[in-house]
Amino acid sequence: MKLELIGITKRFGSLVANDSIDLVVEPGQVHSLLGENGAGKSTLMNVLYGLYDPTDGQILVNDSPVTFKGPGDAMAAGIGMVHQHFMLVPVFTGAENVALGNEATRTAGMLNLRETRARIREISDQYGFDVDPDAVVEDLPVGVQQRVEIIKALVRDAEVLILDEPTAVLTPKETDELLGIMGQLKADGKSIVFISHKLREVKAVSDVITVVRRGKVVGTADPTASTTELASLMVGRSVSLTLDKQPAAPGETTFRVRNLTVHAANGQRVVDDLSFDVARGEILAVAGVQGNGQTELTEAIMGLQDHVSGSVTLGGDELVGRSVKQIIRAGVGFVPEDRSVEGLVGTFTVAENLVLNRYDTAPFAKGLSMSPTAVDRNAGEKIAEYDVRTQSASAAAGTLSGGNQQKVVMAREFSRPLELFIASQPTRGVDVGSIEFLHRRIVAERDGGTPVIIVSTELDEVLELADRIAVLYRGRLMGIVPGTVSRDVLGLMMAGMPADEALAQFDDVRGGNL
Amino acid sequence: MSPQEDRPVPDNAEPKDDGGGSPTRRQARATARQDEVRQENEVETAGGEIPPPAAPVSAASRTTDEASEASLLERVMTGNALVAFLSVVLSLIIGGLLIALTDPEVARTSSYFLGRPQDLLGAAWSAASGAYIALFQGSIINFEADSFSRMIYPLTQTLTVATPLICAGLGVALAFRAGLFNIGAQGQILIGATFAAWVGFTLHLPVGLHLLLVILAGVVGGALWGGLVGLLKARTGAHEVILTIMFNYIATNLVLYLLTTPGFQRPGSTNPISPQLDSTAVYPLLLGSQFRLHWGFVVAVVATVFVWWLLNRSTVGFELRAVGANPSAARTAGINVNRGYMVAMAVAGGLAGLAGVAQVAGTERVLTSGVAASFGFDAITVALLGRSSPWGTFAAGLLFGAFRAGGVTMQASTGTSIDIVLVVQSLIVLFIAAPPLIRALFRLPAPGAPRSQRRGRSTNRTSASTGAAA
Repeated sequence: MKLELIGITKRFGSLVANDSIDLVVEPGQVHSLLGENGAGKSTLMNVLYGLYDPTDGQILVNDSPVTFKGPGDAMAAGIGMVHQHFMLVPVFTGAENVALGNEATRTAGMLNLRETRARIREISDQYGFDVDPDAVVEDLPVGVQQRVEIIKALVRDAEVLILDEPTAVLTPKETDELLGIMGQLKADGKSIVFISHKLREVKAVSDVITVVRRGKVVGTADPTASTTELASLMVGRSVSLTLDKQPAAPGETTFRVRNLTVHAANGQRVVDDLSFDVARGEILAVAGVQGNGQTELTEAIMGLQDHVSGSVTLGGDELVGRSVKQIIRAGVGFVPEDRSVEGLVGTFTVAENLVLNRYDTAPFAKGLSMSPTAVDRNAGEKIAEYDVRTQSASAAAGTLSGGNQQKVVMAREFSRPLELFIASQPTRGVDVGSIEFLHRRIVAERDGGTPVIIVSTELDEVLELADRIAVLYRGRLMGIVPGTVSRDVLGLMMAGMPADEALAQFDDVRGGNL
Repeated sequence: MSPQEDRPVPDNAEPKDDGGGSPTRRQARATARQDEVRQENEVETAGGEIPPPAAPVSAASRTTDEASEASLLERVMTGNALVAFLSVVLSLIIGGLLIALTDPEVARTSSYFLGRPQDLLGAAWSAASGAYIALFQGSIINFEADSFSRMIYPLTQTLTVATPLICAGLGVALAFRAGLFNIGAQGQILIGATFAAWVGFTLHLPVGLHLLLVILAGVVGGALWGGLVGLLKARTGAHEVILTIMFNYIATNLVLYLLTTPGFQRPGSTNPISPQLDSTAVYPLLLGSQFRLHWGFVVAVVATVFVWWLLNRSTVGFELRAVGANPSAARTAGINVNRGYMVAMAVAGGLAGLAGVAQVAGTERVLTSGVAASFGFDAITVALLGRSSPWGTFAAGLLFGAFRAGGVTMQASTGTSIDIVLVVQSLIVLFIAAPPLIRALFRLPAPGAPRSQRRGRSTNRTSASTGAAA
């Protein structure tokens, strides 16, 4: 099926989300839409999927114009969409989820799932999906849940599949599997619209790359184009993707973690007997697939977790058992994983958020009384220094974009002398331009002699920042490897292989030269 | 990368299907809106050479699908001032209609409505306007009175009645700001009044000191009663709504019981009533003996200033607001959330206790089980109408004081039941709790939408042109 979008314009009031976008998806082609958050990719796809009426423009299916009144029409025309956040009922089985919306029934409205199960098995076998139709969705790994979503589209005879940021939630291995599946679907004559901002994946799988910026198509690129080229197109200026980073000059080891164990409320060990050190002037990156104890590790260090045993020392002082405030006062800077939930008070002003953990210290407070002047002065300085794009210091922090919110959090944490800096997912949901800036600040903090711990699920970020990499799997440390280690070794470790085995495996392949 | 930030989303997207649709559609629409907002917010600028864009979206317009109970409460409690005002206006109009509907003259003329409709309309108008004029005369200025003091007497009555409403309302508002739904002002007033009354009639102290101790005892009593709720919530995780409701029952019955014990019951009386407070223990009258207005009103004004300072200028208030707006972020920033709950409930209780003092040391001068009247519950309405801000609560307290004071006059002079005041008060709450209703009726724009659109446009234009220049 050939799909054409001609001059699609979508306005929301005065805002032009899509500005006469042309896009042609040929049959059996993987067409990537590359663009930053907010470039208008999702709006375009929602127009295509019938969720929005285009203000202007036309959609052609096999050269004949169509109008979609809703997703139902789009599905009937052979367009399927896999959303970034799965649209599955967690307590239903795969078959029930697939049947949902076009259930086959027997007499008296009895649900007939037999046919659906058969279809799932058929598709699963055809593409090697390995999906059990009777497994409850919430018990399935994320990668398999995603395949249930794809099956949902295929059962409805989709010829064009839209995948919206499908790799965001996957492990490197699952990502590779998905890219493989996309290849098979393509070979089978299906077309795929692949929405992403991850350059490596886009390059690996695409036939055509369309770059979108500020609602406009700014160019079409060949998959052979370099990542730097693609990034510049995407951001609209030259971006240095490789961080200019001097080798670390580790100093004295001031931060030590010994036998740290964290129990969850259900008694499960979410952090299991971790021991590691971080020296002044080095960055230790903690890698791992989301949910393998990284969150609990950082929270345990910050005193935000109950049921912590073991020891965490900073400059010889024990931190376990101290209050969060005492730990902050001890000079620990912390950028939490989810800035809108833990990092900022969205309804507070930017100025207030910039003193969120220093509001009761001089010069912001004298006794119980706070000084609004000092708070505002501090805000003015930090907004200028960190180039925070906000209407004013008294704008609510929740109105800022992700990148600017993160700058506020970073500015706050870096504004006091630090003995340790911990950042969890420092650039999640942040635009490319800000990532560069934030990374530079983190490296600058390292060069200033602070021990730095970065927790990230993005391998690119880990490899870019780390001097050493610790990999967590199910709360356990798989080992600590140098920052120059290969992506493949990390991938194995993230899947639960201890460092020495993983290194050995690649030693065999490459003749022991790492 | 998961762009799942809980960001405000303007309501200007117009998906075709607005009937809710399947979860899929709703989610997809939400995603699309986020995308669009992000675009608006994140006006991509050529690498920092462009001045900061101005594309804020009203924080009040959070319409993410994760809208939790907390954010709903927040929305109701800190709604738009215009909505609050229009709610009052609309409630008064409906109240007027009800007055007209229940008027006997209107009922009589309706029998020959088709023959002479002007009779009915005239009767309806005079019933409603008469009642409201009486309400006004009973609460602000009685312009038919012969002397100046008679003329302003209603106003002083309003201020007197408003005093406990303001104090207790401030307590409820403060707790709201810390994210706590404090239903317990009633019990806190009662316990505060009990403490204050006991000091007032048991101890015999010199002028000045005695009143000071009475006030202090009232505040401590209320603070204990409120603080206990905070402590239980912090220690056991019990919900403050359940706790405060139960504490109200306990307080009511505790006071009833105490009034039968020798320590509290008036000697020689079999009624549940305490001895009179000493004359040294009561608030002096503010404007002389012609008026009931006492110094408690001044205390209420001071309390309002104090709460304003506490919330907006003190580290304690910063903590409370942070705990109320986002407990996770507060905790991560080293703020002790549980202590915040305790402090908020204790201060809230103390303020309610002050309302109890205003009753026993101001107007009643004795302790009875009915000393709190329904002030504790009206205080919730007052805080709601005042959008949980100190001066808003003050103003709302005055308005409700006027309703109460004027309602009596209205009933006496026009025969309109004082219950109509209760209806109007209830309608106000109803409308404030349902802002979309008010917006639809008065054709107000949805929060944030058009304004942010306008700003968004100007921003885009500015940055685009600057971008071209750069």
